[in-house]
Amino acid sequence: MKNTQSRLLAIWGWPVALGLLTGIGLIAALFSDGGLGDTLSGICLGIPTVCGIWYGLLRRSPR
Amino acid sequence: MASHASGTSSIGANQMQSHTIKIWAWVHKWSSLVCTVFMLLLCLTGLPLIFHHEIGHLLGTEVEAPPMPEGTPHASLDKVLDVARAQYPDRVVQFASKSDETDDLWFITMTPTPAPTDDFRSVVVDARTAELLAQPRFDQGFMWIMFKLHVDLFAGLPGKLFLGLMGLLLLIAIVSGVVLYAPFMRKLDFGTVRRDRQPRLKWLDLHNLLGIVTLVWLFVVGATGMINTWADLVIKYWQHDQLSSVLAPYQGQPTVPVAERASVQRSLEVARHQAPDTKLSFIAFPGTSFSSPHHHTIFLRGNEPLTSRLLYPVLVDAKSAQVTAAPELPWYLAALLVSQPLHFGDYGGRVMQIIWALLDIASIVVLGTGLYLWIKKGRSTEPKSRQSSQPRISEEVAP
Repeated sequence: MKNTQSRLLAIWGWPVALGLLTGIGLIAALFSDGGLGDTLSGICLGIPTVCGIWYGLLRRSPR
Repeated sequence: MASHASGTSSIGANQMQSHTIKIWAWVHKWSSLVCTVFMLLLCLTGLPLIFHHEIGHLLGTEVEAPPMPEGTPHASLDKVLDVARAQYPDRVVQFASKSDETDDLWFITMTPTPAPTDDFRSVVVDARTAELLAQPRFDQGFMWIMFKLHVDLFAGLPGKLFLGLMGLLLLIAIVSGVVLYAPFMRKLDFGTVRRDRQPRLKWLDLHNLLGIVTLVWLFVVGATGMINTWADLVIKYWQHDQLSSVLAPYQGQPTVPVAERASVQRSLEVARHQAPDTKLSFIAFPGTSFSSPHHHTIFLRGNEPLTSRLLYPVLVDAKSAQVTAAPELPWYLAALLVSQPLHFGDYGGRVMQIIWALLDIASIVVLGTGLYLWIKKGRSTEPKSRQSSQPRISEEVAP
């Protein structure tokens, strides 16, 4: 059982975290006009974007 | 075959799992295959649209109000409308609107009849001096082509609804793609891209990585885009649902002729008196799709970040300039209006625009790699055979 759980976490940990960040980022800016919400949104949406660029484009040698 | 000798229960579970995966793989393959070409088109045409204001400034097509001392009084809207009408005596005013950026410009939309059409002319008038500033052609050029391809494929409402259907298929493709993510990633760390093996594995890994990274964003942009394709129908429904009773006393009367209309400036003032803490978004003239044949409908918007996205319609009788009704915005119109910024990415400044563009490009890669994987080996995501207790995909994943 524990094994299954850790496997689930290994597969879904990052995707869930990035999904939540995206969600927060999308909503935060709706409630602000150039203020804190926009900054928070930029950070929250920026992390998945940077993640995609890093793993997809920049990182050359895994391990 | 050897696996048949080991415990029956685990085989049953495996077979079940493999069967389920096969169904999801089928759903993923066909939903994405049908919509991919259109989604590629939408991603490509959407890219310049993210920056349409900036591109307009660069090309010099964006109209700027000449600097004047702050607090310069505004001219009467009726005078502004006269200036616009003088440019196109054979056309009618459909809408008069203010831009989000400045209060000093009036944008007047002129069309042959009040009916919805792509044949429109825009007249920009200085709100302070009622001077004609420009007559930009929004209905031609590169950005117009991008816009039309993105919104309705130059095919009007049927084009919109068709793209909406493609959007629905995209959502199905995203959900089924998420279900397939786990079996593919069973033995891989997050973010693994196997570049040193066959190109196919590299593109598969990139497809999975960028697919999962853009997941929530693409789902939201896809869903809100789909909702936007229903805008025309939603507005029609709103008129039927909420305005029918308001308009009952006017039944049988023709569209109020221009000569019999009261001052539009007065109508605007009356409407703003109704809702003091608001700004004007636009005025829909009698007979147009956003109004009734008997009213100037003044659409006001709030001053707060969220309420500025919502519209407060005030129907002002076109003859008497008296408020007929200020109906509460129903939930479905509020949902439509809030879904728009989530699609456009225009509510979080420059940083958000850049992120929108990058995620849009990532989505193009997801679509492109998906297409490549299908062309290279159409059936690879399906189990090799019924005897095999593990789906073929886990063979791919195995080091």
